[in-house]
Amino acid sequence: MLAALTIATAVSALVLAAWCGYAAYRDQPTKDRHFVGMAAVTLLAVAQLVVGIVQLARGEKPEQGATLFVSYLVGSALCIPAAGFLSLAERTRWGSVTVAAGAFVLAVLEVRLYDIWRG
Amino acid sequence: MTGQRTEGGQPTDTRLISGPGLVLVWLYGVMVVGAVSRSIYQISADYERAPLAYTLSAVAAVVYAFITYTLVRGGETARKAALVCCAAELVGVVVVGAWTVLAPDAFPDATVWSRFGMGYLFIPVLLPVTAVYWLRRPSPGSPASSGH
Repeated sequence: MLAALTIATAVSALVLAAWCGYAAYRDQPTKDRHFVGMAAVTLLAVAQLVVGIVQLARGEKPEQGATLFVSYLVGSALCIPAAGFLSLAERTRWGSVTVAAGAFVLAVLEVRLYDIWRG
Repeated sequence: MTGQRTEGGQPTDTRLISGPGLVLVWLYGVMVVGAVSRSIYQISADYERAPLAYTLSAVAAVVYAFITYTLVRGGETARKAALVCCAAELVGVVVVGAWTVLAPDAFPDATVWSRFGMGYLFIPVLLPVTAVYWLRRPSPGSPASSGH
């Protein structure tokens, strides 16, 4: 369950990064549809946070420690919203670049999360 | 971080977080969170294991936090302060990076700047270079703002 969510979040984050990167390439700021995309990816990350905490509560142990695991889960959930807020204040292509960078950071966090859980 | 637009004290032409500067602020923000949480975790959990590495991580965290603050604050003084810090950061990354490659025994555990920031996709070494490039110009959008 957690592994599937991790993969889904990472892949959707990469898609979002490509999408916003394309918007930046076309010299466009983030638009409503991009924010829908950000919401979808964030939803996956939040679902992952919940599932991760439930797994911990059921006594499963991440290979590299629960503290690290939870901090990465929280970081993943906050990553896209933070970048999205920044892009709200920057109505140029650079807002799109920021969200693309944020989505890419999330994908990297997911790879690390996978490592932390499985060792 | 998004409240800067309404800040009354700074003329808009000295904002450092418009355009590409916003991407820099974002990446520095990520590094602040990464370095701060990493050093808090490492120092509180197991400081004795690698005191040098963990102390250097904490130093990196402070440098990142200060640069982020100056970028968000904006203004000519902040630009210069950020420029100095980015140069210091670059020196730090290169020195610590070389140190970890040449004397890995001194580092039982990794720091943020180990191997030139490889664990962070080399962002630690790319970021100050980009930031210096961005900051060396006088404030963007203002003609001759370096005049005084």
